[in-house]
Amino acid sequence: MWARNLLFAGVCLGGAIALAASLSPVHARRAQREAQPAPPSEWQATVDRLNESFRARWQAAGVVPAARATDLAIARRLSLALEGTIPSLAEIRDFEAHDEPDRIAWWLAGLFADRRSSDYLAERLARAYVGTEDGPFLIYRRRRFVSWLADELYANRPYNQLVEQLITESGLWTDKPATNFITVTSKPDEDKGPDPNALAARVSRAFLGVRLDCAECHDHFFREWKQTDFQSLAAFFSQTEQSLRGIRDGAGPIEVEDARTREMKPVACEVPFAKELLATEGTSRERLARWVTHPDNRAFACAAANRAWAILFGRPLVEPIDDIPAEGHVPEALAILADDFVAHGYDLRRLITVIALSEPFQRDSRVDTDASEADAEDATAAAEAAWAVFPLTRLRPEQVVGSLQQAASLETLDYQSHIVIRFARAVGQSEFVKRYGDSGEDEFSPQGGTIPQRLLMMNGELVKDKTKDSLIANASTRVAVLASTDEKAVEIAYLTCLTRRPTEEEEAHFVARLAADDGPPRRQRMEDIYWALINSTEFSWNH
Amino acid sequence: MEPLAYLADVRRADRAAEHFALHRRAWLKTAAIAGGTWLTPVAEALARRAEQSGGHEPAQSVILLWLAGGPSQLETFDPHPGTAIAGGTAAIDTALRGVQLATGYERLAEQLADVSLVRSLTSKEGDHERGTYLVKTGYRPDPTVVHPSIGAICCHQLPVGKTEIPRHVSILPNQWPARGGFLGNSFDAFKTFDPADKVPDVSLHVPDARQAQRLADRAMVDRAFAAGRRRQFDATLHGQMIDRAVAMMGSEQLKAFDIAEEPAELRTAYGNTPFGRGCLAARRLIEQGVRCVEVTLAGWDSHTNNHEAHARLAQTLDPAFAALIADLRERDLLSRTVVLCGGEFGRTPRINALDGRDHWPHGFTVALAGGGIRGGQVIGETDPEGGRKVSDPRTVADIHATILTALAIDPAHEETSPAGRPIKFSEGMVIGGLLDS
Repeated sequence: MWARNLLFAGVCLGGAIALAASLSPVHARRAQREAQPAPPSEWQATVDRLNESFRARWQAAGVVPAARATDLAIARRLSLALEGTIPSLAEIRDFEAHDEPDRIAWWLAGLFADRRSSDYLAERLARAYVGTEDGPFLIYRRRRFVSWLADELYANRPYNQLVEQLITESGLWTDKPATNFITVTSKPDEDKGPDPNALAARVSRAFLGVRLDCAECHDHFFREWKQTDFQSLAAFFSQTEQSLRGIRDGAGPIEVEDARTREMKPVACEVPFAKELLATEGTSRERLARWVTHPDNRAFACAAANRAWAILFGRPLVEPIDDIPAEGHVPEALAILADDFVAHGYDLRRLITVIALSEPFQRDSRVDTDASEADAEDATAAAEAAWAVFPLTRLRPEQVVGSLQQAASLETLDYQSHIVIRFARAVGQSEFVKRYGDSGEDEFSPQGGTIPQRLLMMNGELVKDKTKDSLIANASTRVAVLASTDEKAVEIAYLTCLTRRPTEEEEAHFVARLAADDGPPRRQRMEDIYWALINSTEFSWNH
Repeated sequence: MEPLAYLADVRRADRAAEHFALHRRAWLKTAAIAGGTWLTPVAEALARRAEQSGGHEPAQSVILLWLAGGPSQLETFDPHPGTAIAGGTAAIDTALRGVQLATGYERLAEQLADVSLVRSLTSKEGDHERGTYLVKTGYRPDPTVVHPSIGAICCHQLPVGKTEIPRHVSILPNQWPARGGFLGNSFDAFKTFDPADKVPDVSLHVPDARQAQRLADRAMVDRAFAAGRRRQFDATLHGQMIDRAVAMMGSEQLKAFDIAEEPAELRTAYGNTPFGRGCLAARRLIEQGVRCVEVTLAGWDSHTNNHEAHARLAQTLDPAFAALIADLRERDLLSRTVVLCGGEFGRTPRINALDGRDHWPHGFTVALAGGGIRGGQVIGETDPEGGRKVSDPRTVADIHATILTALAIDPAHEETSPAGRPIKFSEGMVIGGLLDS
């Protein structure tokens, strides 16, 4: 009997020591970050060219760029963009321990090697490829599609091959997940197979950054597109058939539905621009895919670069994200990125790395100025427009909930986490995202926060659950109990929630709060500090 | 046009208060100019509006009873008893001579003197999502822009007054609740569920003193963050949203969501169902100045066993709709509240092999009442043989134009979309027969 009690006491003590150890920087758990970045010589020339282009732009606009952001701020941006969460305390300790000049590239290589980033990136890209809805029952498997996409991204498959497969894949949606790109447009309710018009709209927007579908019903108002351009593109999908054996290319008539009259009419396959690049051999889908991904089709690479930029910054380089001039002038920076992307085998990781190491990405979102307030406002507006200061953008719901769950834990929530923890995380996330309001496919349109979002963050079940007094589940309690000093406790709260250390004023304020003689018990006071940090603007915005 | 011009000023000011656009400086300027108007008591503003619209007080609010899935016109508001397409569905007489409803709507039949039916709606959208978009916004889905739903337009155009709770509410929303579209997501409907349960996320978990401390601490963290980021920080509107959320949490008006305060008899009249409770809550909400409440009743997508599904749903819809009209009338609210009842499309006259009816956008019905909409009118007729030809065809946009006009909002008023395109609130034609002149 005594032996069992002793064993229990021993387990408790061991647990406490392990917890204390995880809080201490000296004994910080080392995550297995074995991935090493490629040598900078690989991409430095492109980064330099990009930087020169921006410096010239800043000079021309007469703006002074913001100072460089702190390394921690840059690490936070990258974790949010690529993993949909802020870094854990354990990861922050690793990052700070790696005090080398290539720190950011090293951090990025670690992110790429982490399966979480492929999963998250796949979800972001899937929004543009298939949307967010569940789509037609049975014949469309969104989750299957996203996990396939994640596998391909994890293997760093060249982007042109990926897109070619999306457009041309045949077979069953369960067996060949890429076909879900096609089946999501089916309308089984109306007894209709894949919809050429919907597919043409997807192809032009997601892969070419062109809103050709604005010409679905009538000629475009202010771009050069004609309704016939749209219908001719849709015609490439008119022979795509769906049966019990899946998607295949049939021999039916080449005709498309006129969106205005809802009548079918024969239309020849034709592409809207760069017509000389269209091959004559192959099925119509193969011809289209080869044209879309042709190295000389500038729109394809520009669209990819603009999307990668948007995912990293929260704002596309050319706005809106899918309205880039197909053949005309694009900003020099976009051209540099697009050319590099084509020249280096459509390597998405390289594209992301070049953007992440460029000067604009590493600018602070803060500007120091002693000008009058009105002048300062105008100056920062100009600086924002020229990417001389990092933009503040609203985090997506899953980034907010991911951060919330990570902030409540001192360890990294990843594939090493216990299955129970991962399951609880997934359930909490989907419920939260539903209430917070998913911005759907228009994920890069600038939107302010809403009252329901603030209510959810202030009073929602998940926030309550993640900050409440619980030694097993929550960082706030563990920090309150185990941190060696009040200063340490406040510092850890800031690092876990905001990925930075408190300012002097903040530290003094919260240390006094913890040390006060009156008020609620210490654990509750720590809970209140977590609540305040989680409800700050800083927590819910990318900066 | 004189009165409208004046109203536009009042509204612009209130809109500035409501619409937290991303351009803070412009916003501040408007707010400063409009400061006085802001504080105008709602009653006075309303009195002025009444005066200037020539004696008729325009409608103030809209209640949308949303029949999600597409109700069959034949088993609800447009029966064709004894024909082949009826499939055995019988009809009952109503308070209006010569106008019948399908069986199951006995209580609504008593209220029909106050209700009008547009039986000749036609659209080109036979898909649930697209049809829902069309009926809620008055526009077909457009890849370049998201149109605001009618509730968002009401909130954008009509004064805020003293309402502290969300002015656009969706009770029991399905996956496509009403949105603010290009007017901004601050005009999205506030989503809430069965009024028998508490409103989500509005109650504190800690005592007031702790909450006050938390808010003070939060503001301090924001001050540190705002330093050097003033412009970008202000544009987030995060702090203002917190303030407004806190005001809402402490508001007495939240009680409007709690129908337990209503007499048991009235609650029974609305029906002991989530939808019935939702309709009762809708009435309580508009009493607090809420501009638009949509209450959703789902389950109308009867591709199989159409008659059974519709008979079951009628037991929920009939008492709730009828009680709402009667209750509004007794409280003198009907004249200032437009009630619209309908779904995204109708159902096929032909009955399919599984005893179901499929999607049919070629001739379906919506019911309208209150807010200056003339009662007891029937617009248009569908073909008793089930053909696509309807007499006096109307579009969904016409319904929008009519309701907006009843609210004294000019349907032809243009707002500029983010892409710089001017877009009218509605491109429809007012249905003259439905408006008192």
